[in-house]
Amino acid sequence: MAYSEKVIDHYSNPKNVGTLDKSKQNVGTGLVGAPECGDVMRLQIEVDEASGLIKDAKFKTFGCGSAIASSSLATEWLKGKTVDQALTIDNMDIVEELHLPPVKIHCSVLAEDAIKAAINDYRVKNGLPELVEQKAH
Amino acid sequence: MELKFPIYLDNNATTPMDPRVLEAMIPYFTEKFGNAASRNHPFGWVAEEAVDYAREQVAALINADPKEIIFTSGATEADNLAIKGVYEMYQSKGNHIITTVTEHKAVLDTCKHLEKLGAEITYLPVQEDGLIDLAQLEKAMTPKTILVAIMYGNNEVGVIQPVKEISAITRKHGALFFTDATQAVGKIPVDVMADGIDLMAFSGHKMYGPKGVGALYVRRKNPRVKVTSQMDGGGHERGMRSGTLNVPSIVGFGKACELCMNEMESEAKRLSAMRDRLESSLLKLEEAYVNGNRQHRLPHVANISFKYVEGEGLMMGFNKEIAVSSGSACTSASLEPSYVLKALGLGDDLAHSSLRFGLGRFTTDEQIDYTIKAVSNTVLKLREMSPLWEMFKEGIDLNKIEWAHH
Repeated sequence: MAYSEKVIDHYSNPKNVGTLDKSKQNVGTGLVGAPECGDVMRLQIEVDEASGLIKDAKFKTFGCGSAIASSSLATEWLKGKTVDQALTIDNMDIVEELHLPPVKIHCSVLAEDAIKAAINDYRVKNGLPELVEQKAH
Repeated sequence: MELKFPIYLDNNATTPMDPRVLEAMIPYFTEKFGNAASRNHPFGWVAEEAVDYAREQVAALINADPKEIIFTSGATEADNLAIKGVYEMYQSKGNHIITTVTEHKAVLDTCKHLEKLGAEITYLPVQEDGLIDLAQLEKAMTPKTILVAIMYGNNEVGVIQPVKEISAITRKHGALFFTDATQAVGKIPVDVMADGIDLMAFSGHKMYGPKGVGALYVRRKNPRVKVTSQMDGGGHERGMRSGTLNVPSIVGFGKACELCMNEMESEAKRLSAMRDRLESSLLKLEEAYVNGNRQHRLPHVANISFKYVEGEGLMMGFNKEIAVSSGSACTSASLEPSYVLKALGLGDDLAHSSLRFGLGRFTTDEQIDYTIKAVSNTVLKLREMSPLWEMFKEGIDLNKIEWAHH
């Protein structure tokens, strides 16, 4: 199976690999997947309290090239969005952007889950109710 | 010597054909095109003579009589013929077959097929090093056991089963011993007499011969073994496998066997030295583990797990330059990691993190040097972006985390 150029580019030059201080009030952390399934993504957002915009996003991913590319792309898209805007990122947007084949769609689902998990973590930390909307898979 | 890319280190999947094999085959595609079963003209005689010669070359490599070689389309067909053929032929004696959980799918799925037809199958587990427990085999034998089907060398981890001991137990209980020796024949000495083998499957394309040809060894003396044919037709191959003989490929298979016979000893030494160097260099990385018994192992195979890095992701770091394979789920259609590695007791996480290196006749030291560097660099790079590696380094017990399973 050949990888798309965009997947290869994100894999070779991943954007925003790293760790944010998860103890900070304005940092939300999402950890999704499981080692036994072969994918674990950790995605973090840092929200600028004055503007409500996501000023930084970082990821670390254990998984195949498509999983790494999906999370790298997600962090790029998150930066500069409001938390509410970030919620609108759909896994199919990632599939389209990276030209993921059907067997790799679960990587995009995981990335969307990671975004939602990070946002939920941020919301709970800041006294907001957890969002229940999670895609079934 | 200048390195040419990509480097091929997946010789357990298939081997490149030796040019000397191709050379032997070529005339049999064109001017010597006859049907080996045409008994009444020179075209047929030439083809038959070539097949007879190849049969001797194949038999010599495994210390068999040429009459004991049944040519097939490959090891999968030979596995099917052996297991189904024995099951049908010896039905009056019993319906019990013993095999292991780490067999190739061609053996496992054939057994599953027979289960539906009324066979009783025992799937022996393996120990952590991939070897079976002989006491467990002995215990599993019953008066109804007609066949023990245990592979010679494993395709994923290279572990070599104690074939002599297995055949002794099998014989003591009056059953037949079949071994899938696809990965072993041509790589290490395999002797059907000394090893006490009754039936044995092997294939041309794993030993620098052509694809689409293989053989089933069927013992003719002490005991005389019979299998019911699974392919009906003109009664070729002593009635056990009908179908016009694939003369060019059989000629190539014969030549490949001859080359292995002459070169195996020195080749095995060269390959195991390179393999050991590759392995010891890669084991310098933290949290890298060899899968399978390291003493009882084929000389050209190394299966290594690099913890906290996923196999497919790892291969992507160098798959334009180096061809290897992985036990990761992502490389298979099933999305399940390797059942062989899991049978060795590896957790799914380690099975997902494995690479299989299969060295071969045309592997060079320079290729190994390059591979050591490329794999090491990619492991280090991916660990830098692995959340699991970060947690491991922080001393977090990953088993205590509640993962969201998909």
